[in-house]
Amino acid sequence: MQQTLNRDTAVNLAIFALLVATALGAHLAGNGFTVTLATKAAIFGLAGVGLNLALGYGGLISFGHAAFFGIGGYITGILASHASTGTPVLSLPFTVMGSNEMLGIWPMAMLAAGLAALVIGALSLRTSGVYFIMVTLAFAQMLYYFAISWPRYGGEDGLSFYVRNSFPGLNTFAPIQYFAICATLLAVALVFTAVVTQSRFGLALQAARQNSQRTVAVGIRPYAIRLTAFVLSGMIVGLAGSLYADLNRFVSPAMLSWHMSGEIMVFVILGGVGRLCGPVAGAALFILLEHVLGGISDYWQALLGLLLLAIVLFAPGGLIGIVTKRGRHA
Amino acid sequence: MLLAEQALNGLQYGMMLFLMAAGLTLVFGVMGLINLAHGSLYMTGAFACAAVAAATGSFWLGLAASLVAAAAAGALVEMAVIRRLYARDHLDQVLATFALILVFSEGTRWLFGSFPLYLKLPASLSGAVVLPGGLHYPLFRLVIIGFGAAVALGLWWLITRTRLGIRIRAGEADREMIGALGVDIARLYTIVFALGAALAGFAGALVGTIQSVQVGMGEPVLILAFVVVVIGGIGSIKGAFVGALLVGMTDTLGKALLPGLLSRIWDASSANTVGASLASVLIYVLMAVVLILRPQGLFGARG
Repeated sequence: MQQTLNRDTAVNLAIFALLVATALGAHLAGNGFTVTLATKAAIFGLAGVGLNLALGYGGLISFGHAAFFGIGGYITGILASHASTGTPVLSLPFTVMGSNEMLGIWPMAMLAAGLAALVIGALSLRTSGVYFIMVTLAFAQMLYYFAISWPRYGGEDGLSFYVRNSFPGLNTFAPIQYFAICATLLAVALVFTAVVTQSRFGLALQAARQNSQRTVAVGIRPYAIRLTAFVLSGMIVGLAGSLYADLNRFVSPAMLSWHMSGEIMVFVILGGVGRLCGPVAGAALFILLEHVLGGISDYWQALLGLLLLAIVLFAPGGLIGIVTKRGRHA
Repeated sequence: MLLAEQALNGLQYGMMLFLMAAGLTLVFGVMGLINLAHGSLYMTGAFACAAVAAATGSFWLGLAASLVAAAAAGALVEMAVIRRLYARDHLDQVLATFALILVFSEGTRWLFGSFPLYLKLPASLSGAVVLPGGLHYPLFRLVIIGFGAAVALGLWWLITRTRLGIRIRAGEADREMIGALGVDIARLYTIVFALGAALAGFAGALVGTIQSVQVGMGEPVLILAFVVVVIGGIGSIKGAFVGALLVGMTDTLGKALLPGLLSRIWDASSANTVGASLASVLIYVLMAVVLILRPQGLFGARG
């Protein structure tokens, strides 16, 4: 047991180190494009880490996490666009001004995503199994259609903001500096996940996944535990959405689409469900595949689909499961 | 008059959703499988109809081709992939069928290109009829309502009155037992899956005729079909029928009436935008209400 734990830790550290080394190497070689790709991998990895908390550790198969990703993105876009025009976002019941400070935007994005996760989770967790999958998907889809039909912030066309938001002391436009911000947040989220899953709360969450009835028998209410995990998960994904919006300086309903939910799920599965760094490895592999396969054929998503099928059918432990030669962790 | 026309539109929309939801709920009820690729089978039917109708010039042959192609694709996918997933958990099923969507969508794009195809109605089905009360209504939409009602009746007959229906119901209740009684479960599952696929393909061909045939047309309908299944209760054909009509009516009437209703409170332009936004989320509100009152769905037995 100790042996495999060490091996997992080593793999986790190696994955993170590889991501950072890729970005640094590319930066030194003057290849800004690859740095941006690594940034994208860090952001998608962060979204995967967030989903993994609900999906891997909590066993909550949410197919609607694009909702939180998109909310994080839209909050960022809305605050930034109001900051550039100098108009308040809200004037009643209290005044909310726009902002282009990341340190101010992140808490707002996480708060909004967390509130949405509270409402969606409270309703969806009344169901379980396949209902839960469909209901989370449907609620995300509701926000997607709402974003499309609400013309105030771009509607179907999305919302652009021309200046990346700022962070004290850093030039966020330099690819490597923006990568540093994203990678640091990813590291914080990884440490947070490691601590939370080892805590009493995390153990209760995993117990509720493995045997819900026994959890009830020892006096733990699975509903409250799961809802907490769902909200935390939504907040992390919301933060990832905010970073993604800043990366592109653009938000669109596509961030809320079911396809995005599926992709975040794919990051988790590609890497390995319930593994700490699984989503990071999965996201990096996804980006790599997008560029390798995308160079081979315009229809690279079909190849991705076949690869996914092969992983689901023959290697359920994902990438890390192959490396550590163990099946599924969760 | 507007109300009657919109109610008919809602009925037609509901019938289409029923064709999709029936297959989904059947596959889930009997095999315990969540199939995201159901929308791809819908798309397959639409493309088969468009291709055959273009090649032969006969819409009816195209319609028949949509049934055959979707059923064949369904049977093939079931035997190659889906069969391995019954014993797996829902997460594996979601991923594998998500992967199938990617393969189907990109494969179709490769075969047919990204441009939408349009189907031409035969003269016997085009044009409008005058209904009692003087309402002019497109004939083809009435035909779709008729098709939907016929399928609903046919399914009811199949499930309650035939030997295959008995086996399907027995498979829902206890799969080991009917296996022990000598029913070939693998074949039964393939048949049920192909049946669901054929219904989806048929719906795709009909909707493709009204709108257009293009890659990705299946996913919005798939998600609405999920809403229908959640409202109606998983595994229940009756639930799928009632849920589909509820969703079809709510969506259509909401989009038609809400802006008008709101304009009595607000000025016209803000009533229009707010009304359109509200109408687009109305069915999800309906779903949330059903979930709060009856988490297992209107006709669902299991929680």
